Amino acid sequence: MSIIYGFYATDAGEIRIDGKPVSITDSKTAIANGIGMIHQHFMLVDNFTVLENVMLGVEGGLLLNAGIAKARAVLKRLADDYGLAVDLDAEVGELPVGLQQRMEILKALFRGADILILDEPTGVLTSAEADYLFCILRDEGKTVLLITHKLREIMAVTDHVSVMRRGELVDTREIAQTSVEELAELMVGRSVLLRVDKKPAEPGRTVLEVEDLTVRDGRGVVRVGHASLCVRAGEIVGIAGVSGNGQSQLLEALAGIRTWETGCVLVDGRDVTADGAVGPEEIRNMGVAHVPEDRHRMGLVNAFAEYENSVLGYHGDPQYGSGALMDIKSMQADARDKIEKYDIRPPSCTLKTSMFSGGNQQKIVLAREIERDPVVLLVGQPTRGVDIGAIEFIHKRLLELRDQGKGILLVSVELDEIRMLANRVLVMFDGRLVGERAADASEQEFGLMMSGVTEEAAE
Amino acid sequence: MSRGKLPKWVDYGLLPVLNLAAAFFVAGLVVLLIGENPLEAVKILVWGSLGFGEGVGYTLFYATNFIFTGLAVAVAFHVGLFNIGGEGQAYIGGLGVGIACLALDRIVLWWVTFPVAVAGGAVFGAAWALVPAYLQAKRGSHIVITTIMFNFIASSLMVYLLVNVLQKPGSMQPETRNFEAGGQLPLIRDILPGLDLGQAPLNLAFILVLAACVFVWVLVWHSKLGFEIRTFGANQTAAIYAGISPVRIVIITMLISGGLAGLMAINEVMGSQTRLLLEFTAGYGFVGIAVALMGRAHPIGIILASILFGMLYQGGAELAFEKPAITRDMIVVIQGLVILFAGALEHVFRPYLERLFASAPHPAAQAT
Repeated sequence: MSIIYGFYATDAGEIRIDGKPVSITDSKTAIANGIGMIHQHFMLVDNFTVLENVMLGVEGGLLLNAGIAKARAVLKRLADDYGLAVDLDAEVGELPVGLQQRMEILKALFRGADILILDEPTGVLTSAEADYLFCILRDEGKTVLLITHKLREIMAVTDHVSVMRRGELVDTREIAQTSVEELAELMVGRSVLLRVDKKPAEPGRTVLEVEDLTVRDGRGVVRVGHASLCVRAGEIVGIAGVSGNGQSQLLEALAGIRTWETGCVLVDGRDVTADGAVGPEEIRNMGVAHVPEDRHRMGLVNAFAEYENSVLGYHGDPQYGSGALMDIKSMQADARDKIEKYDIRPPSCTLKTSMFSGGNQQKIVLAREIERDPVVLLVGQPTRGVDIGAIEFIHKRLLELRDQGKGILLVSVELDEIRMLANRVLVMFDGRLVGERAADASEQEFGLMMSGVTEEAAE
Repeated sequence: MSRGKLPKWVDYGLLPVLNLAAAFFVAGLVVLLIGENPLEAVKILVWGSLGFGEGVGYTLFYATNFIFTGLAVAVAFHVGLFNIGGEGQAYIGGLGVGIACLALDRIVLWWVTFPVAVAGGAVFGAAWALVPAYLQAKRGSHIVITTIMFNFIASSLMVYLLVNVLQKPGSMQPETRNFEAGGQLPLIRDILPGLDLGQAPLNLAFILVLAACVFVWVLVWHSKLGFEIRTFGANQTAAIYAGISPVRIVIITMLISGGLAGLMAINEVMGSQTRLLLEFTAGYGFVGIAVALMGRAHPIGIILASILFGMLYQGGAELAFEKPAITRDMIVVIQGLVILFAGALEHVFRPYLERLFASAPHPAAQAT
């Protein structure tokens, strides 16, 4: 979609509008060709008014006055025509997200868009707002391209649907001739699995218990709502779901990086907030290791040498130097051990971390977290951007760890991975854990749950 | 600052030399423009700063100031902050040094006053960095803005104190009385008369600044605090993941930075002027920014860059003396060009060098 809107260039292929091939090199040509995009994350200037935001980029001359009057008239007409009432002089930052989105649509219409691209438009909306949005869209007489992972929305408002999986267009269907079940199957796919031999899990005592956890993000949106789960020693619990449904926030909350609003977390039977608020360091000391979802953003400091990253988060440990100083020799010896054990290549602990490949970087993080002998291991997207060889290694290592009696909470958007590793799978949708299934439940069932079709409806 | 695409010797050796060469080339054109011979000017500049004992003494004396302020800026660099307030922190540090000397110089010997003055300079300098640090850490007020503002506040505060509180009785000069022997640092020329340093005010603060270099090196690369400082400076999300408190690390680092800047006053106030006077910082705090940039925020680099700037100050004075056509202002132009090329335009040549060296094979290419 970013290609159509001119953010990225095409490598091959062409785009035709009304049968004519066009070349879209930037967003300006996209707008000129009548394409309007409403991004999942709005592209608005918060401290401008609605009017100013709409005019941004099409001010119509050096001085604003003439343009403002004209824009005001046009917008008024558009708002009346489409029933998109927005107060033009309100400051955008103060509007609720539903209205912000409405004005994004206005913005696209103002630029004369005939084709509207909506990227996950309901991600930030309440259901009433979403219904209203679709009401408007249907009556407009415009071409609308709706990108969403919520199958019910597709069924409710679209005429045709194309399913994409891992960058490939899998199939296209007429809505009238398809069903939610079929789409779910297409979406999840049945790619060939890299099978790993595993013994059945032998769960022991409960090591991680989460009750009624609610997490809000910086804008006050509930990201995790009333989540409850438990992980026992010697098992892998998977959290499946389409990316962006609150898994990241759940994981970060459990790792102590995000604060939670309500709820309680017990590690090995101990309430982690018993002694007041906790941060990542305290959580770590309770035996919770965390392999973050995004190693570049969070798990590693790319500018550091490998051995420095292999102690990140544990740098205060006396093992790496007593008192205020760090014992670089022992850090390096420790790093070399891990390099050997995890077959990290190239085997150099002084090489800058950014010089390692994705798979090896991930092994650096895994080695660091696993070798601390944690009680609970939180793992996010363990094989994202990792080559096949490393995937196999990582999967094996996680299963070994499980057999050693660790409790592992695995978050992944790769359903295959979760079904292969976990013995129980929780599905997360829109911040809520909507149900639990055994790992061998059908793909279709998972697909439905991940698309927000509730457990009851699926049964 | 993304480093690492270049081999180390290029990043730390060739690039600064190229920048310097460009600066001198442009400066040479300016000299040519006013009708003087650039080569001769360079000769006088180098001879004036390194050619004889007194010149060397002055060069190292100026360099001492620059190393202190350069270290201050460098430490803040490592946590990802741009401390522009070295000037003000050094100025207020001077207050700490001055008070210690005024209180003790008639009672005890210099080596008793010395540690107290060092503590005074560091604590006062750190205190002056505390408010901007707190505002940055807690409120997100940009440290560049707040430290600049604090430079002005420091300036006004010192004028008030020197005119109304600390002024020498019966004098019209906005300065304190002269410290007596108990408040003066021994000069190197008195300790080692064999060195032939002439009248150069090079003093024991030079030893102190070398100790400060070692301190910063150990702090940044060999201590747990330094590990946290560098982690936070390179990747804040990873730092939070690692359990490093952003508020704590920002404040602590800025205190160390301010303290180092405050120590500059030991050299100027206790070592050379032997009294507290207006504007003794003379822009050294700002030169520290260029020094830290040019020295790649590493003590060794900072020492080298400081000596270069010391040469420009001392050699420049000689040049202005020898060549009346090249005025004091011309020297400032040359210094400005060096700062421009070594500091602000530091990255001008980098892309070309990166392209040049990108074709060379790298060990990571074999990584799987």
